[in-house]
Amino acid sequence: MILVVAEQRDGTLNRATWEALVAAQALAGADEVAVVIAGSGIDAVAQELAAAGAGDVVVLDDVALKTYTPDAWVIALRAVIEQSAPSHVVFAHTYQTRDFAPALAARLRKPLITDVTAVNGTGASATFTRPMFQGKLAAEVKPAGGGPVFVTIQIGAFRADRLQKGSVASVTKAPVSLDASAIRQTPEAPFQEAKAAVDLSQAPRIVAVGRGIKSQENLPVAEKLAKALGAELAASRPICDNGWLPMERQIGSSGQTVAPKLYVALGISGAIQHLVGMKGSRTIVAINKDADAPIFEVADYGIVGDLFEIAPALVAELEK
Amino acid sequence: MKIAVCIKQVPTREWQPRLRDDKTWIREADVSYEMNEPDAYALEEALRLREKHGGEVVVCSAGPARVQQVIREALARGADRAIHVEDDSLAAADAFVSAGALASAMADETFDLVLTGLQSDDQGHGQTGVVLAERLGIPHSTIIMEVQIDPSTSSGQAGSLRVKRELEGGWFQWIAMPLPALLTIQSGINQLRYATLKGIMAAKKKEIRKASLPAGLQPSQQIVALAMPARSKQTHLIGGSAGEAAKELVRLLRDEARAL
Repeated sequence: MILVVAEQRDGTLNRATWEALVAAQALAGADEVAVVIAGSGIDAVAQELAAAGAGDVVVLDDVALKTYTPDAWVIALRAVIEQSAPSHVVFAHTYQTRDFAPALAARLRKPLITDVTAVNGTGASATFTRPMFQGKLAAEVKPAGGGPVFVTIQIGAFRADRLQKGSVASVTKAPVSLDASAIRQTPEAPFQEAKAAVDLSQAPRIVAVGRGIKSQENLPVAEKLAKALGAELAASRPICDNGWLPMERQIGSSGQTVAPKLYVALGISGAIQHLVGMKGSRTIVAINKDADAPIFEVADYGIVGDLFEIAPALVAELEK
Repeated sequence: MKIAVCIKQVPTREWQPRLRDDKTWIREADVSYEMNEPDAYALEEALRLREKHGGEVVVCSAGPARVQQVIREALARGADRAIHVEDDSLAAADAFVSAGALASAMADETFDLVLTGLQSDDQGHGQTGVVLAERLGIPHSTIIMEVQIDPSTSSGQAGSLRVKRELEGGWFQWIAMPLPALLTIQSGINQLRYATLKGIMAAKKKEIRKASLPAGLQPSQQIVALAMPARSKQTHLIGGSAGEAAKELVRLLRDEARAL
C-alpha cells in the first residue's frame, strides 16, 4: 500500500495533494493507495478527498493538530505509518512537508527522497528522479535499507487532472495519542507582510530579471524592455534578497506564481524555486549567457548571449 | 550563547557539470568550490546573534580535506573556531550520513543554538538540518527569516527563541520554542559580510578540531545515474548577432506565439 499524506490549512486542501496522489498512483501499479490527513475539524476536507475515490481516507483529528507543528505531525503520522506499514509514504514537496518529513523519516530511520520529478517503475523496485546541483543535473535515485520509503513530489511535476478517480472511498478516524508536552514548537497565526501592491498574477506580460543583471544600477536595462513590451517587471529571489526590487515582485515558490501570456526571463538561471512560479506561462523567452542554464528547459524561445546587448536590441526592434 | 553553524562546500554557481565515467557522480577534478549560499546566511545570522548576546560561534562541516577552504573562510568572517568531520566518503554523502557525522562530532559540545542553511546547492535534499535536530534531540524550525532570542536569566536554563518562518506565497508565521534548538536559515535573512584582511590573518590562528567519521552510518539512498535533465519543451534557439536575434525573436513573438 502507498500512503499519501494530504495537506490542509484551516480546512482548505493544498492543491498539491492531488499531484502527490497522481504520483502515488504511478508508483502503486496494481497496489492500493490510501490517504491520511491531520488536523482538527477537517471532515469536509476528508470528504473532498474521499469523493475523488483515489483511496481510503484516514483522518487524524485532534485539538493538538489544529495548527501545524512539526513535533505533533511527526508523532501523529508515525503511529499511522507503523500501524499500516505502507511500502511508500508520499507527500507534496511543500514548505510544510520540508519542515517535518525529514524528522519523521529520521525518527523511523527510513529513506526520504525529496523533490521528486518522476517515478520510474512501481513498488519496491521503483527509482526516483530528482534535481541536483540547482537543476543542472537530474539524478536517478534508489532508496537503500528497506521501506517504508518516504518520497516528496515536486510541485507541478505531476498533473492533478491525470488523477484516476474511483467510487467514493471510505473515511475512517484513527485514534490520536498526543502528549501536549511533547510538542515543543508554539506557532502563532500566519500573516502576510504587506498586501501586495502589484498583482503580478494578472499581468499579461512579465519581464523578470535574475542574477545576470549583476547590479541594481543595471535594472533600467530590464525596465526599458518591460516598458517596450507593455510588461510588468519582476525578479527571481536573489534580486529581492539584495533589496534591488521589492519582495512583492518576486516570482517563485516563496513569492508569486504567475502564468502570463508572455514571460521573458533575463539573466535567470532557472533554479527550481523560480521555475515553479512561472513554468505555466503560455510563452516563455529565456535570455542567458549560459547555454546549459535550466531556464532553457522550460523556454519556448531562447537566445544564448549577453543580455546587455540583447535587451537594448529588443527595445530598438519593438520601437521600430 | 554557544552557537553552531553547519556549512557545506559546494561547486560554484558558474560550474558547468561534467560527469565521472560511471555517471553516478560529478568529475570533482574540474570543480571549483564555494560556501553553500544559504549556509553563508546562517553564518552571518550566527555572527549577528553573537554580537547581540555574546558567546561563541563554532563552524561545523563534514567533508573531505578540501572543505577546509570554506571553514577558513567562515573563520575569516568571524567564527571563533571550527569542527571538521573529515572523510573522503563524505564528498557525496546523503543527508542522513552528513547529519549523522555532524551529530557525533557536535553532541558533546551542548550548543544552545544550531543554524544550518535550508538546503545545499549540490544535492539539495533539504534534510540535513532537520535530521541533525532529530539526532541531537532538540526542536527545530525551518526556512527562517528572523531570529529573536530571549536569553534565560536563571542559570541552568538556556532561554527561548521566537522565529519568523516563511510559508509559501508571501505568508509568514512566528513560532516560539525553547533552547537549545536548530533552525534552517533562508537566503536573504540578512546582508552578508565579507572577510577583512584582518579577519583572514586572524583565521590562521583559530582552532579547527578534526573529528573522524563515526562507524555504522548507513546511506539511505544511492545515486544510480546522473544525467542532463530532460527538456519539457523543445526550445527554439535563436542565433546571430544581438540585432539579428532581437529581430527574429520579435517576429516569432508576433507571428508565431502571438504574444505581442
